[in-house]
Amino acid sequence: MKLRFSTSDEAFRVEVANWLRDNLCGEFESIRFRGGPGDEHSFVEERKAWERRLGEAGWTCIGWPRDWGGRAASIEQQVVFNEEYARAGGPGRIGHIGETLMGPTLIAYGSEAQKNKYLPSIRSGDAIWCQGYSEPSAGSDLANVKTKAVFDEQAQVWQITGQKVWTSLAHESQYCFVVARTDPQAKGHKGLGFFMLDMHQPGVTIRPIEQLTGTSEFNEVFFDSAVCSVEDIVGKPGEGWQVAMALLGFERGVSTLGQQMLFQNEFNDIVQLAKRNGADRDPMLRQRIAEAHIGLRIMRYNTLRVLSGSDEGELQAEGMIYKLYWSSWHRNLGKLAMDVMGSDSEILDAEPYELNRLQSMFLFTRADTIYGGTNQIQRNLIAERALGMPREPRGNN
Amino acid sequence: MKRQHKTFTAPEVTVEFKFTDEQIMIRDTAEAFVSEVSTSAAVRSAMLEPAGYDKDLWRQISADMFWQALPIPEALGGLGLGYVELAATLEQTGRFLLCSPLMATAALAVPAIRLAASEEQQAHYLGRILEGQVATLAHVGIQTHGSHINMQAKITDQGVCLNGLSRHVLNGQSADFFIIAAEETFASGELGVSLWFVDSNTQDLSVKVLPTMDQTRRLAELQCDNLVLSPEQRLGGVAQCQAQLLSSILDLAAIAVSAEQVGGAQQSLDISVAYIKERVQFGRTIASYQAIKHKCADMMLKAESARSGLYYAACIADEFLAGVCDAETLAEAASISKAYSSEAFFFNAGCGIQLHGGVGITSEYDIQLYFKRAKALESFLGNASEHRERLAKQLLDSEVLL
Repeated sequence: MKLRFSTSDEAFRVEVANWLRDNLCGEFESIRFRGGPGDEHSFVEERKAWERRLGEAGWTCIGWPRDWGGRAASIEQQVVFNEEYARAGGPGRIGHIGETLMGPTLIAYGSEAQKNKYLPSIRSGDAIWCQGYSEPSAGSDLANVKTKAVFDEQAQVWQITGQKVWTSLAHESQYCFVVARTDPQAKGHKGLGFFMLDMHQPGVTIRPIEQLTGTSEFNEVFFDSAVCSVEDIVGKPGEGWQVAMALLGFERGVSTLGQQMLFQNEFNDIVQLAKRNGADRDPMLRQRIAEAHIGLRIMRYNTLRVLSGSDEGELQAEGMIYKLYWSSWHRNLGKLAMDVMGSDSEILDAEPYELNRLQSMFLFTRADTIYGGTNQIQRNLIAERALGMPREPRGNN
Repeated sequence: MKRQHKTFTAPEVTVEFKFTDEQIMIRDTAEAFVSEVSTSAAVRSAMLEPAGYDKDLWRQISADMFWQALPIPEALGGLGLGYVELAATLEQTGRFLLCSPLMATAALAVPAIRLAASEEQQAHYLGRILEGQVATLAHVGIQTHGSHINMQAKITDQGVCLNGLSRHVLNGQSADFFIIAAEETFASGELGVSLWFVDSNTQDLSVKVLPTMDQTRRLAELQCDNLVLSPEQRLGGVAQCQAQLLSSILDLAAIAVSAEQVGGAQQSLDISVAYIKERVQFGRTIASYQAIKHKCADMMLKAESARSGLYYAACIADEFLAGVCDAETLAEAASISKAYSSEAFFFNAGCGIQLHGGVGITSEYDIQLYFKRAKALESFLGNASEHRERLAKQLLDSEVLL
């Protein structure tokens, strides 16, 4: 057991850090530390340009195989990249849905034609994707899909009708992957299809959802006979759930250490603020600051255990707690930030509703324990899958 | 269609923050042995022994298992392994509430000797430990918060004399020798800490048993009245302040205590889950109720996270002993691990009683033994808030802005 990355990974770290130092400046100076969760609405055009800059230099999709323009980077290298990216204040990756979810799904399950059609524009940073999973009545019950896909025999296309919600950056995206019901008789995870849909067509309406932060990074998306060609369904009709679940499997530990570097940046801000405004002399706040520090460090070592693989190939219990852990920790950090700010936490930067970074973080962390499976759902999963406890009696689907 | 995302990246994984095959073997051996010898009945019987443990079992542990030798270098006759191996073993002794002087000997005395003693002293005293003798550290006085020393080493007509009191000395009443920390005014005029080897049969040393709420581990009080010391008894052999070394010794010990806490936190969860799966209320097992499941999920989060903090700290301990990292890094790792695992074990043991329901507050069920052990280990070598304050000092009181 050891704590360190290898010498070659550390050399790679220097390469990444140097490139970011030389490129994340000038026209991109303004987007450093911007565009993270709760701030995804900001600097969208600049961030799109930044995606293309990354793409030109080969810093998008580094984990993809070389055949598709990636670097076939090891997990460690991807982790190192994400860490350095966050440390440098790299802006929120507007292309991450395409890079980390859609791309790997196509590489694993897509046809050659689909790969040729979609992968290059993700890799180059030109095509932005959003995900159409959640529906208004579904919440964490992802399989409760009401959106319908009807095959039009005459036009030989699928027609998609229904509503998705919590769709990040839908208004900036060219494509959306949509889980829709191909078999109207089927329920739950049966009879679904996984569609790749062009958002720039008449059948798509996007309505921003104003959040408690006063900003809108989520949207409602309405499909009214939106058209999808037969070439643009991944897997067979009816197999959509399996594709969707595999896609969620790609969302694993690689980006989490980068996420923790963002948390570290926020934590450092709080420590500096406490030193400046005297909160560092409050014994209770000292305890809470130390507690946040402990929590962040342990989060890192939880993740390193997950990345290292299990000792004997069994279920990785430490992996299952990740969402519950980080979301609870981050929510507490938001509260801590406000308490360190003291009475000034109430004062806005400007009208009409201009929040500073810590205020925005505080408010948005309330979403952390909800999206991606609420903490309550996470606890059910841990109890049932890791501890082998019986399922609660459920409804009839 | 099967999930086949492993075929996507399939990169080589070289992050090695997990046990090696040898470490797994050490852990499995410990698990098999302790689960067999430290059953509920064995723990309850050992608790009633005058020493607080079964001396035959200790002979078996020290002679056959040789666990006290884990952190002792091979050149001195030990196994030459590190803190990760020690942590893997202590996680299992903590899990099964083993009653033994292993912690006192291997995790308090051995680090003190390795960090502070001269080569000759190491050979001699570690040799005694390898033979199965029990050793422990006496470092804290009447005040329980912080490392307040109530023992003085002073030059008198007869030479250097020890006077004063040490409390909370782990396994003090059955130790063959002690390492006693004393306040001393050094030739430079500096008031600091010196460390002394003192045999238990020494004149002018009295040892009094302190009855403990957690009956699975014994504490004692040492009283020294003009105990005359020879220069050879001084750790390191030269009159110098050992305050920094004592601090690092306690950090290494705190990491070892964390290991027992992690084992205890895990077992508090495991025995509770086993119980509630059997317990039926309103026509169904109570393990199917969300309120119960959510508590167990929180307990698992605590146990796994405490384990991650422990393994990290154990790696840092090895780096510190190898001279790769400094005392401040060790202090940070020890405080992170001890603060988190203290609260995790107490949380899990407390939840465990609640999950057991009425039988949780009976002496018949083992969860109460874990609860008492959790409280005892939490206050031993600094509770969570003391360790957090130490971290706060590192973070907030330095001039350097992050």
